[in-house]
Amino acid sequence: MQEHIVSAFECELNSLKNKILKMGGMAESQLRMAIQALKTNDFELAKKTITADAELDKLELEIEELAILIIAKRQPMALDLRRVIVTIRISGDIERIGDLAKNLAKRVIAISGRAPQYLISGLDAMSDLAQQLLKDILNAYAHDNVQQALQVWRRDAELDRLYNSVFGELLIYMMVDKHNISFSTHLLFGAKNIERIGDHATNIAENIHYMVEGELISGERPKSDMTSISNYKFDENTDK
Amino acid sequence: MINTLLEENHMQENSILRAKYAAKNLDVYYADKQALFGINLDIMENQVTSLIGPSGCGKSTLLRCLNRMNDVIDICSVKGSIRLDGQDIYDDGIDVVELRARVGMVFQKPNPFPKSIYDNVAYGPKIHGMIDQKSDADEIVETSLKKAGLWQEVKDRLAAPGTGLSGGQQQRLCIARAIAVNPEVILMDEPCSALDPIATAIIEQLIDELKQKFTIVIVTHSMQQAARVSQKTAFFHLGSLVEFGDTDQIFTNPQNQQTQDYITGRYG
Ligand SMILES: Nc1ncnc2c1ncn2[C@@H]1O[C@H](COP(=O)(O)OP(=O)(O)OP(=O)(O)O)[C@@H](O)[C@H]1O
Ligand SMILES: [Mg+2]
Repeated sequence: MQEHIVSAFECELNSLKNKILKMGGMAESQLRMAIQALKTNDFELAKKTITADAELDKLELEIEELAILIIAKRQPMALDLRRVIVTIRISGDIERIGDLAKNLAKRVIAISGRAPQYLISGLDAMSDLAQQLLKDILNAYAHDNVQQALQVWRRDAELDRLYNSVFGELLIYMMVDKHNISFSTHLLFGAKNIERIGDHATNIAENIHYMVEGELISGERPKSDMTSISNYKFDENTDK
Repeated sequence: MINTLLEENHMQENSILRAKYAAKNLDVYYADKQALFGINLDIMENQVTSLIGPSGCGKSTLLRCLNRMNDVIDICSVKGSIRLDGQDIYDDGIDVVELRARVGMVFQKPNPFPKSIYDNVAYGPKIHGMIDQKSDADEIVETSLKKAGLWQEVKDRLAAPGTGLSGGQQQRLCIARAIAVNPEVILMDEPCSALDPIATAIIEQLIDELKQKFTIVIVTHSMQQAARVSQKTAFFHLGSLVEFGDTDQIFTNPQNQQTQDYITGRYG
């Protein structure tokens, strides 16, 4: 693609992009820190993760302001317009990812080392995949790579599957002994937090597709979260 | 009020659009230099169509073909056909004076006659034999000025010279003059380029209202203006029609790379 005649416009768009990439990198490291804190029962690291989130919120605001300024000054059209609008949306998704990582970090303190490593490793595997999806989606955004975005969009189903199996394990623990219920519930919410991070990655994928192609992704996203009510198949005869 | 507005919009959307103009394989030459190449373009009735593109791409040339203003340029010749309501306006039997009554034009620089506001508006209807008595003229002047959104501002000084109005008022006077002969189509060549943002907004609002009664074709260098006022947009480059489609689509998701480059400020 050719550059803009007005090079300051080009600079502003680049600065928008760099801020998103910075935000994304921070969210990714927040998730890494949160899961590390959970694995090692490290309260200090958990607290650090929680306070780091403020930085993300700040960056989100900066992106919003810059985007508004660009719209006011440059009145972008077509691809540029989609790029600016999508950037606002993506920064919202990344901000939510940060919140979810923060949430996970808060659970470290609530669980206080009472959960067996075996269960935590399920969340660890989820987090590994979520981090990979995040890294890939940021890369797709940086290079306008629709194919890579679509891959992330499809791979979110893997995260859903992992979540399902963690969910099943936790249910068994809770049924076996009521003393397990407290930490299991926290782990369950933690797993759900990570699963939601995947959903935000797919949102970003959809936005990248729209940004580049000017159209929404056609077709349903493969969904494998069997614990969700919306995926429960109701018997069609029961309400008669 | 809101209800009727909504209904009108609704009706517009539901009614089947009819092509007012159909240009087919239109070539235009100035002496031996070709300015337009094989243009095929339908202009829909009761819509605003904007013509955009870099300087010299042929927008004004096309606009001038639509009411045969090119006839007055000796070296200009036209091939192909332009049908208005199905009839080729370049046919021998066409009465050019009548054609120009059906297709009014508003220019870039407001150009009122050096006469009173009243005479500026009444002049067209007079020469087209639409006026039998003074009361006819009064009525036409009033309704035309009202339609052009100028009546309130000038009703107490109709005898004052049109050239004494502000630029924005002059342009609305020219629009009143164009609609006084009750045309079917109004052509506008950069009608706001000499106006401030307020006067521009007033003209844009007016264009939006006028499309209920008229078919409008506007040439503009402001992408935002084209996006705001028109339903269809045609992008020209070096005398060719590169892309034509719904304005909403052209400005959010153009299909052609040249269009994209131009409207996003990358052309060069
Ligand atoms: N009267 C004329 N005599 C000779 N050549 C002309 C005449 N009018 C226009 N041209 C040529 O025809 C081509 C198209 O000109 P036209 O005025 O239609 O462009 P335009 O798109 O309206 O440009 P602008 O945005 O600058 O008004 C140009 O190359 C121009 O030089
Ligand atoms: Mg011109």
